[in-house]
Amino acid sequence: MMKGYLRADGRKGIRNIVLVTYLVECAHHVARAIVNESANSNVQLIGFPGCYPNEYSLKIMEGLCTHPNVAGVLIVSLGCEGFNREQLANTIKASGRAVDTLVIQKSGGTRKTIEAGVSSVRELLITAEKTELVAMEISELMVGTICGGSDGTSGIGANPAVGHCFDQLVAKDAICIFEETGELIGCEQIMAERAITPELGVEIMKSVEKAEKYYTKMGYGSFAPGNAEGGLTTQEEKSMGAYAKSGSSKIHGLIKPGDIPTQGGLYLMDVVPDGEPMYGFPNIVDSAEIVEMIASGCHLTLFTTGRGSVVGSAVSPVIKVCANPETYDNLADDMDINAGKVIKGEATVAQVGDEIYELVIEVAQGKQSKSEELGHQEFVLTYKKFSGIGPACLPKVR
Amino acid sequence: MINKHFVLLNKTDNVFVCCKRLLSGCSTTLEDVEVSMTTDITVGHKIARQVIVKGEKIIKYGVSIGSAIEDIAFGEHVHMHNMKSDYIASHTRQSRVGE
Repeated sequence: MMKGYLRADGRKGIRNIVLVTYLVECAHHVARAIVNESANSNVQLIGFPGCYPNEYSLKIMEGLCTHPNVAGVLIVSLGCEGFNREQLANTIKASGRAVDTLVIQKSGGTRKTIEAGVSSVRELLITAEKTELVAMEISELMVGTICGGSDGTSGIGANPAVGHCFDQLVAKDAICIFEETGELIGCEQIMAERAITPELGVEIMKSVEKAEKYYTKMGYGSFAPGNAEGGLTTQEEKSMGAYAKSGSSKIHGLIKPGDIPTQGGLYLMDVVPDGEPMYGFPNIVDSAEIVEMIASGCHLTLFTTGRGSVVGSAVSPVIKVCANPETYDNLADDMDINAGKVIKGEATVAQVGDEIYELVIEVAQGKQSKSEELGHQEFVLTYKKFSGIGPACLPKVR
Repeated sequence: MINKHFVLLNKTDNVFVCCKRLLSGCSTTLEDVEVSMTTDITVGHKIARQVIVKGEKIIKYGVSIGSAIEDIAFGEHVHMHNMKSDYIASHTRQSRVGE
């Protein structure tokens, strides 16, 4: 029987974390010092670097601070930055989670704020420990997937195995999210055909066309030198491999970062900003994508890799699925699942998919993933601009 | 898997994918035809299953993943030097290719 931490808003988490979040780079050092002095893997650091306000980053920050894995939050503000700390604190409070705000300019500076922060975190941890553990169904799980450091093996072993795992989770009415419309360029037609309504299919086509336009303007596709060294040649080749992570379920909706699906099913996340390109690359690095999926409620993330990424994340566990047998041998300490067995002919995609599914349940029950054990808590949040999703994006039909 | 070095992902593909490294000069049998590698082929890379003429689509997973920019011989490495994206240019650490 799976158990989850029951939050006041009714959501259930698989971890019980106290977040310390800084709202501008100027408050980063103080926030980090509070986390370091607290010396507890359940006290984690997130933050936003910029001084200008931004609706997207506020929405993502709200999603993270009211995530089911989060019990309480300490907000660390310098004082003069543009981030709407009052709204963030109100949102957290309204979710029933504990929240404390420290403003460095009003708290006597670095040393005094760190002292106050450490004591605040101590209180937040005491509150967190009182959280009730209740029965949790697989249908209450939300799982995301991304790929990073892909190579020519990713689309053969790891990605289809994650797809197989996703099919099983969706069959049990869990919510699964796949993403990066820029890494699905070339798959738009086949993806649209899997949409639960034709209108949703049109929205999916449009989202990929937007991604192509945006990336073309940036001058680079979502294609890194390591992808080429690993045998991938074109964006559409990488896309076909990446697409396999989605499995074969119908696509139930198209969401944007921070939108939280409520019905079981498979969802595509449109991560490419709306309107004329501004603020630069859609996602500067894999961790930014993980953060967006967590903000949309993912309890954990399945990360497939060929070249070998080692990242984890703050807030939610990351499970690493390695497609390349040579990489697995080289980086075994960082990899949770050896999907290299597929390309070596030692296991089928379905067998590895089952292995991933079982590990998802174990990690949901508290088992530490490799990146958690190693202390990885990467976090990236930058500027973006989105308009809301259209009515066709979340069809009511089942 | 067609032998221990290469896999055919879809029966309509015109490339094989390497699943075990094969060095330049080594030969292998691809669907009953023996061919010698003209370059090192490492895991994840593609070689031609047949002669592919310039402009022809490269088919992998049963779908197009780009176009040949020159004629490609049977068994030859298929990569950035002889094919390109039909969508958006790829780049390596040294240069942008396929534009």
